[in-house]
Amino acid sequence: MPRLAVAAMAVSFPMVLPSVGLAAASSPNTPGANAPGREIRFNRDIRPILSDNCFHCHGFDQKSRKGDRRLDVREDALKEKEGVRAVVPGDLSASEVHRRIHSQDADELMPPGKEGKKLTAEQKALLDEWIKQGAPYEEHWSYVAPVKAATQEGVHPVDELIGRRLSKVGLKPAPEADRRTLARRLAFDLVGLPPTPEEVAAFEKDSAPGAYERLVDRLMSSVHYGERMALPWLDVVRFADTIGYHSDNPRNVWPYRDYVIRAFNSNKPFDQFTREQLAGDLLPDATVEQRVGSGFNRLLLSTEEGGAQAKDYESRMLTDRVRALGTVWLGQTLGCAQCHDHKFDPVSTRDFYTIGAFFADIKEAAIGRREQGMLVPSPEEEARLKEHDSRIAELKAALQAGSPERDAAQAEWEKALSNGPVDVDWTPMVPTKVTGAKGSKFTIGEDGAVRVAYEKVPEKDTYQITLKTPPGGATGFRLEVLAEDGLPEKGPGLAADGGFVLNHFGVKQGATVLKLNEASATYEGKGQPAKQAANERPNDTSGWGILGKAGTDQAIYLELATALEGEKEITVSLRQTAGKGQLIGKFRLQATQVPAPVRAPHVQYPAPVLAAAKADPAKRSEAQKTLLSNHFRAVSAKFAADRRGIADATNARDEYEKSLPHCLVSVHTDQKRTVRILPRGDWQNETGEVVEPAVLHFLPQPKAAGERPLNRLDLADWVVSRSNPLTARVFVNRLWKQFFGIGLSKVLDDLGAQGEPPIHAELLDWLACEFMDRGWDVKHMVRLMVTSHAYRQVSTGSRELLAKDPYNRELARQSRWRLDAELVRDNALSVSGLLVPVVGGASVKPYQPEGYWENLNFPQRTYENDKGPSQYRRGMYTWWQRSYVQPSMLALDAPTREECTAERTRSNIPQQALVLLNDPSYVEAARSLAARILREGGGSDAQRLQWAFARVLQRAPYADEAAHLSGLLEKHRGQFASDAAAVDKLLGVGYAARPADLPGADLAAWTSICRVLLNLHETITRS
Amino acid sequence: MNLRDELFQFQQQQSTRRAFLGRTSAGVGAMALASLMQPPGISLGAASKDKWTGVVNPLHFARKAKRVIYLTMAGGPSHLETFDYKPKLAQMHGEPMPESMTKGKQIAQLQGSVLKCFGPQHEFQRFGKSGAEMCSLFSQIGSVADELCIVRSMRTEAINHDPAHMFMNTGSQIAGRPSMGSWVTYGLGSDSTDLPGFVVLTSLGKGGQNQPIAARQWASGYLPSRFQGVHLRGKGDPVLYLTTPPGVSTGQQQDVVEAVSKLNRAHDAVVEDPEIATRIAQYEMAFLMQASVPELMDVGKEPQSILELYGCTPGDGSFASNCLLARRLAERGVRFIQLYHKDWDHHGGVKEGVELKAKEIDRACMALITDLKQRGMLEETLIVWAGEFGRTPMSQGGSGRDHHNHGFSVWLAGGGIKGGISYGATDELGYAAVENPVEVHDLHATMLHLLGVDHLRLTTRFQGRDFRLTDVHGKLIKPIVA
Repeated sequence: MPRLAVAAMAVSFPMVLPSVGLAAASSPNTPGANAPGREIRFNRDIRPILSDNCFHCHGFDQKSRKGDRRLDVREDALKEKEGVRAVVPGDLSASEVHRRIHSQDADELMPPGKEGKKLTAEQKALLDEWIKQGAPYEEHWSYVAPVKAATQEGVHPVDELIGRRLSKVGLKPAPEADRRTLARRLAFDLVGLPPTPEEVAAFEKDSAPGAYERLVDRLMSSVHYGERMALPWLDVVRFADTIGYHSDNPRNVWPYRDYVIRAFNSNKPFDQFTREQLAGDLLPDATVEQRVGSGFNRLLLSTEEGGAQAKDYESRMLTDRVRALGTVWLGQTLGCAQCHDHKFDPVSTRDFYTIGAFFADIKEAAIGRREQGMLVPSPEEEARLKEHDSRIAELKAALQAGSPERDAAQAEWEKALSNGPVDVDWTPMVPTKVTGAKGSKFTIGEDGAVRVAYEKVPEKDTYQITLKTPPGGATGFRLEVLAEDGLPEKGPGLAADGGFVLNHFGVKQGATVLKLNEASATYEGKGQPAKQAANERPNDTSGWGILGKAGTDQAIYLELATALEGEKEITVSLRQTAGKGQLIGKFRLQATQVPAPVRAPHVQYPAPVLAAAKADPAKRSEAQKTLLSNHFRAVSAKFAADRRGIADATNARDEYEKSLPHCLVSVHTDQKRTVRILPRGDWQNETGEVVEPAVLHFLPQPKAAGERPLNRLDLADWVVSRSNPLTARVFVNRLWKQFFGIGLSKVLDDLGAQGEPPIHAELLDWLACEFMDRGWDVKHMVRLMVTSHAYRQVSTGSRELLAKDPYNRELARQSRWRLDAELVRDNALSVSGLLVPVVGGASVKPYQPEGYWENLNFPQRTYENDKGPSQYRRGMYTWWQRSYVQPSMLALDAPTREECTAERTRSNIPQQALVLLNDPSYVEAARSLAARILREGGGSDAQRLQWAFARVLQRAPYADEAAHLSGLLEKHRGQFASDAAAVDKLLGVGYAARPADLPGADLAAWTSICRVLLNLHETITRS
Repeated sequence: MNLRDELFQFQQQQSTRRAFLGRTSAGVGAMALASLMQPPGISLGAASKDKWTGVVNPLHFARKAKRVIYLTMAGGPSHLETFDYKPKLAQMHGEPMPESMTKGKQIAQLQGSVLKCFGPQHEFQRFGKSGAEMCSLFSQIGSVADELCIVRSMRTEAINHDPAHMFMNTGSQIAGRPSMGSWVTYGLGSDSTDLPGFVVLTSLGKGGQNQPIAARQWASGYLPSRFQGVHLRGKGDPVLYLTTPPGVSTGQQQDVVEAVSKLNRAHDAVVEDPEIATRIAQYEMAFLMQASVPELMDVGKEPQSILELYGCTPGDGSFASNCLLARRLAERGVRFIQLYHKDWDHHGGVKEGVELKAKEIDRACMALITDLKQRGMLEETLIVWAGEFGRTPMSQGGSGRDHHNHGFSVWLAGGGIKGGISYGATDELGYAAVENPVEVHDLHATMLHLLGVDHLRLTTRFQGRDFRLTDVHGKLIKPIVA
């Protein structure tokens, strides 16, 4: 294999480059060249200077405007005010701008020194030159619809447009990279996995025309293409598995991630992709897929913190969504307009809130736990759910079926009922012990009645009663509260009016809390329903009471969720903490073994049932007959087993459904939140105007505007309308970054005044137009980019080129960069053979240092590494815990996805070395690769090294590499041969089985070699 | 110049030496690697050459402090049981809180409750020559009262833990902004050659109110990751992935690092990528950290008298141990050291809760100040003690206090701080800062000022705007500066 002959391929350069091109090349954002006579372009040369230094006080924001002077509007800049004209076209000496930027007087100098801004001499010269040339203005570039430049037939349009600029600045494109480099580049860019040596070899040998295009097509039709394309999208939409704030608890969103993968794989047109995410739920006959897409709207941060205020978080969520729309689709920093009009762009505070108003129809809780979300079953899962449903239907039908025997039993039951409701059989339980947490004293009667010694009544108390269930067990309990002469107003309560409030009836067997299904009572005071007592809400003061019925015996009935079998010791606790002595004075506990339902008689037998039972059977209406038949089956002990069967089947179905994938999605509600303009962004200030949905006022408006209230679907349609000048540019610019390392306009999330006017403006606009002309066809755009010569160039450059165009903005070569965090992992797993390339599914948990989550709370959580195949999934499936992102991914710059991230930082820090050297994932990958080498790599060390390099780098080792690594191998083999314990330890890292048939010392020494290979800069670099 | 340009220039400078390297020559990198053979920490190669010296270079003005030790009392300490004595509140105990004070103000868990005054739960007394008024539970801190400047008029915008920490740390309630430690190391670099410039330590309280803390509190946001805080952990690897894999000896690890660097250097000679020189330096730094961090963490080597001063047992993971580690980090040139001690969230039982906290932090804070002073380091080290907010003068549930953001106390000591004074005041019930209110941005501006940095001029370009730690606010609190 030939050595990388980069230097030899260096392009020739003219000795002297024109100064304009140079300046533009080295630092396009600060057009420095003081070039008299050079044609000044407002957007390229002047706007960035004014925006950076002047617009803050002389721009769009009224409130911070000084001296009533705008410089962002030509008319205003030229206007005479109090005898002063800021700009007089063609006349420097008459222009106040010229005087002030050159002033020696600190009070006069612009921008004022105290702002911390300062113009360079070059910037001053540019401003002067611009005034001299007549001070022409241009509308901001990205707000003008892109125009498609004419291109020649037969030339790749990307190359033609780049070529135009290159020849202007005196540069030439670099030669095409070798096939091995291209194969690696395409593989990492299009599927995110390294090519196999066999694939590279086949590509190298393929001399037929179209070999490159065939490789592109093959990679783009791989299922892994969608995964690769999803990575930047998941960053920009801030996809994560947890809510973000405070407790940072999980939520169900992973089906959205799979939706994104599928969308790219099926080449869903980007306009449709956009509509589904912003408003999939509003599409006519929305499919499950489209609703899952609308999960986009739910990806924001939320909180479960106690003491969080709904209005506060309502406002946070609104602003979160507006920022997201700005970053994901519009490339506008809309967030700046939350508190004041945008300082640099024409985005008003009003725009900010009218955009926020589009999302006011999304049903969601402002604070607290997220809902489970929409069920998203696979076809198999859906079929199984249907099986559950039909089983339940069968059981129900069986219960409903009539038979002579059943009819006779029902007739008997009706007869008994005709005399009024029948209570079930109750067995008194005599307590063995009764105590009061606050010191109440009790006497226990032989009949089980407990009387409180109420000489010293505490304000509040919780009674603890220990007793045994009857030998037959219990299906439910009855607590009688008993009137007695000695109690105030005859009781049964100890309060002055004879009342009490039972806040909670709890029952435990040992330490196990027995769940109660339902509570009912013979009587409930107003606002004192029995059900309150069955449900513990600590500190809540509401509960069951009998207000208005002092002096009478009453009872509360409680049904156990699961029947107790046999004689069991239980503890009943009666929490009565409403205050003011609202305590029970006398009570008795009883148990029943009658099968559920266990209800107070008049609840068990509602009036219509009693009336129907009383009626002459011959004269009953059809409705009454049905009612009786149903009710008989619902309460009679005869059908207890059938009811149990139905309940069990229903539970099984519900449990199964709960275990299936769910996804938070957008659900529309007509109860829209009111959206006001919040002065200075203060959510407590409710004086602002209420606003309706509207799009950015300075861009072409949607068709329906003004006719009816706009909704999210209108917003989506506007975002992807042909007249929107931003969306297509934003997306193709990000796509460009994916394949060239830097955007054509380098600030991916700001195409506003503070962003960068694109150097290759024609190219960006051409691509944006092409994207729309081709029906927002993403694969078409990808193919267009990667088949260009610009993409296929070598990524190395001569020293001259590197010095002149260090950021590669002119595209006279390709760029190189470290792989993204996920791909570093994928690469190691792939070459080692550990990778489980399953696409989609619930997020997974690779190894993570113990205790990394120790600062999470509510609840405390322990991270459990996945065992089995899930341990070896691609990095993109890693559980994304926003407040503690998996640390080896974090070290490699994976973002927390708390905010929309259009561009990751790409750092180079010691933690990355620690991860690649010491993280068990990489050590395990190294020892697994070592095992492959020993099995598949041939017989000699030299062959094996060849094989290893081919696997990892798809090239042969150079002589010096081979020599050094052979030495290392020899040395470590010797060391490991005499240290079996060390071998066992090293080969025991990770869950992957250690191959028993391979010699340990060999395997361990090769593990060292593989660790070197997996740590190489070249290995983790796409070049 | 934006950040990308700065970093690129920096890398270019670092890689100029690349011209001397060829495929066969040893060059500077080999010398650097040779240093790896030395006992740890003796001499440095590429790692020290790759050292970030900060964007504020030279300093904007003469500095008064070289570094910061920031003691975050997480959960929100009650100012009313620590540093802000309110006898009037005691008198009004149980009475309704004047509505004129509370109407329309932010409130957390007491939303919709009847607001009643809740008197201070502990005695206060005067300490030091300055006669600083503090809760008597904090008598150890009281013994160094003359070093302290107590600010009793802090305010913050946020009232829930997570956003309030974010605001205290980044000057913004929006996630994704750099924390102050990141700003400071970005601005100034670090004097340490084998430790990160920004280090975070956390400890749990024993009261069971340990609110969660997200790693974003020490994240570098849109600044490069090299400026993120590195969490030194009490258990397991002190730095994540620090330990050499099981079965691999230090020598073998060194062999691997050496081979990686050798092959990387050879590759660099072909492709000329400045990132490679940086990568080689980072591997060296990582290898050095494998030795320097365990050495740092080994407080067992401290004399008994020092352990007694702090009141800690080596390896106990306590706040006191972390204070001792903070001093060791300061000695090693780390720029920004932030400690979190949790469990200050006293919605109930504030009386007992603060007692417990006093036991956990009082002695340790005194020891840190005393120890730094006896080593002549106090005058160059800025210490800040602050929660994310204070607590209500109103009762919550009869024994506790709710979150409160209208007025609370922090203290500063050491580098550039006027000792033995107090600044600002809350009203007579301790509700709102009424005299010289101090905003979080002002605290940040003042910290930066003491470090020689003009907060208006430490900026970075993000999403097209020049961002600062102090957002568009912040003013220096001159009266507290010595």
